[in-house]
Amino acid sequence: MSVTTRRTRLAAAALAAITAVSGLAACGNDDDKPAAGEKPAKLVVDTFGEMGYDELVKQYEKDTGIKVELRKTAQLGEYRPKLVRYLATGKGAADVTALEEGILNEFKPNARNWADLSPLVADHSKEYLPWKWELGKAPDGRLIGLPTDVGSLAVCYRKDLFQAAGLPAERDQVSALWPDWKGFHDAGLKYKQGSGGKAFIDSITAVSNGVLFQGNGDLFYDKEDNIIADTSPAVKNAWDTATSMADISAKASTWSPEWSGGFKQGTFAATFCPSWMLGIVSDNSGPANKGKWDVASVPGGGGNWGGSWLAVPAQSKYPKEAAKLAEYLTNAKSQVEAFKLKGPLPTNLEALKNEAFLGYTNEYFSNAPTGKIFGESVAKIQPIHLGPKHQAVKENALEPALRAFENGQADKAKAWEQFTKDAKTQGAF
Amino acid sequence: MSLSATTARPSPAAPPSPDVDRRRRRGRLFNRLDVKYSPYLYIAPFFLIFGVFGLYPMLRTAWMSLHDWDMIGEHTFIGFDNYTRLVSDEYFWNALVNTFGIFALSTIPQLLLALFLANLLNRSLLRAKTFFRMAIFMPNVVSVAAVAIVFGMLFQREFGLFNWLLSFVGVDPVDWDGHRWSSWTAISSMVNWRWTGYNTLILLAGMQAIPKDLYEAAEIDGASPWRQFWQITLPMLKPTFIFVVILSTIGGMQLFTEPLLFGNGNIIGGNQREFQTLAMYMYEMGIVNLNTAGYGAAVAWAIFMIIIVVSLFNFLLVRRSAK
Repeated sequence: MSVTTRRTRLAAAALAAITAVSGLAACGNDDDKPAAGEKPAKLVVDTFGEMGYDELVKQYEKDTGIKVELRKTAQLGEYRPKLVRYLATGKGAADVTALEEGILNEFKPNARNWADLSPLVADHSKEYLPWKWELGKAPDGRLIGLPTDVGSLAVCYRKDLFQAAGLPAERDQVSALWPDWKGFHDAGLKYKQGSGGKAFIDSITAVSNGVLFQGNGDLFYDKEDNIIADTSPAVKNAWDTATSMADISAKASTWSPEWSGGFKQGTFAATFCPSWMLGIVSDNSGPANKGKWDVASVPGGGGNWGGSWLAVPAQSKYPKEAAKLAEYLTNAKSQVEAFKLKGPLPTNLEALKNEAFLGYTNEYFSNAPTGKIFGESVAKIQPIHLGPKHQAVKENALEPALRAFENGQADKAKAWEQFTKDAKTQGAF
Repeated sequence: MSLSATTARPSPAAPPSPDVDRRRRRGRLFNRLDVKYSPYLYIAPFFLIFGVFGLYPMLRTAWMSLHDWDMIGEHTFIGFDNYTRLVSDEYFWNALVNTFGIFALSTIPQLLLALFLANLLNRSLLRAKTFFRMAIFMPNVVSVAAVAIVFGMLFQREFGLFNWLLSFVGVDPVDWDGHRWSSWTAISSMVNWRWTGYNTLILLAGMQAIPKDLYEAAEIDGASPWRQFWQITLPMLKPTFIFVVILSTIGGMQLFTEPLLFGNGNIIGGNQREFQTLAMYMYEMGIVNLNTAGYGAAVAWAIFMIIIVVSLFNFLLVRRSAK
């Protein structure tokens, strides 16, 4: 009897434990919505990379008495899946969320996941680069993002290698070498000749990227988000320009080990640099190459690669206060502070005229006046309409096809065929 | 309960009161319930965990595969459309061919080598047995990401070790991720490096379970070691071999990290999808592309079905050939 008794008790205890656990789980579901008008104790901010908000957030805490938690994720590749999980489950998102260009476009068709900011903040539409402001709006006209930074394009080049190959090394003369892409190609050929056959640029996908983002008309999508990748003249132009550069390319596609290793080895003498790329170039090149790099302007005027917005997820419990915080982080003063700290390029017109910004020089890049160079190129950026799956079409259709051509896996016609076919599947949404 | 019965035990002389009788009956009831149901309770934890982490995701995936499912938007029921699309999807078949190609290149040499090594380690003459057994298992302990990153560096086009070695015998640098054969070779070599030792140990354990007197009898009859291997070791190893083959099949069909990192983390696996495996295609459709989660779920179920079919096929094949 006593054995069975012990068993019974054990069984009962186990049963109790199970019910207790499931009971707890049930309790955990409670939604604690705050009462209207209640001031939040804490706001959470999600950012990726380095956006330079560390000091600003501390100041905001002091001014308002609201605690701000800054959650940083280093890589965009890790950031996006987290964000998707928050949205898919309706839980866990920060109150203020940084959205990179590609992510923003991808999220736009489901704009309901984001709070409409226009009733929550004052009208700032005249204070920012107009195209940047417009991109923060969803197709239905709701304002879902406040502009943070842009990735205005420039060319990073190796002064020493240019000189050795008989090209001018001074940055104004270098910029004068390539008023257009034809001039850029000619400079590349000259470099190849003068250096004994060495490659000039990292890859032809870097070129296609640069040409695409100069925005000569619609790219993969038209204004109604119909996919037009196979007929778009801007895409064809980027394709033709890129493929013409195959003879001066090191075939080291951006982010590959060949690419990051190539900076130290000097396998290429020039690459395209949005402002945020400067840090990556100096990291990859190492201290030994300090002072050998310089910055010149990009062929064919300005262009933009990357850049972000701040948005407030609809699931935030304090949309009003979160919007206020986003407003604060994107105002002119904050943007200059962030630039000084980590280098994201301002989008606020007033910040772009700021003297501290315009007077900034970069020591690693031979003291190039990067504030002035990038500030000027910002003004030349043309507004581009990027469709919902722009990033996927670019990364998984256009660039693989270009690389296949560059590596001799497919001829030009075959590669184009591959691109147009993949663009349709990748671009469907 | 019976616990309280000790405190209220009636004197032996008195007839059992109705109260005690009721208690006894209740005790018997508990006893019956206990015998009947507590076994289920004991095995419940496994089924609970399996249900939450195994069965539920599977059924949920099946449900998703019947929808046009946007991860962060609308879900519309579309029946079996995802599966019909799958049948005519060129890239699905491409991924299937890649998966089987890499699977064949990694599993067949790997198992042959494992069999050879296990036979060597099984020799009674071998010294430092434990050392060799440990050493051969070491690669399996290394994290798969580390393996893939190191091998990725070895197989680099510009500064890779293999191209450097090839240059001594006058071979031009190979663009390892630029062709099907070369990328498959590179990826299989990672898998082989990592798993040969593991399979060797399992086969070795199987070999040691074979009774020694069989070999002694064969020796007396004058059978050569080679003949002993073919006629005793192999047939007796059959169940272990089936286990190893099925395990390799499951692993091979789910191959993901090695090809992904070999291609610098690009989910399409090569410029022309030369080495995109089924698992990578599932990830591309189900996770990377937010609006095709339903289709990704269909790919996941297709992989599941393929694993079952291939495992069955292997099972039958191994069973037959060993007869």
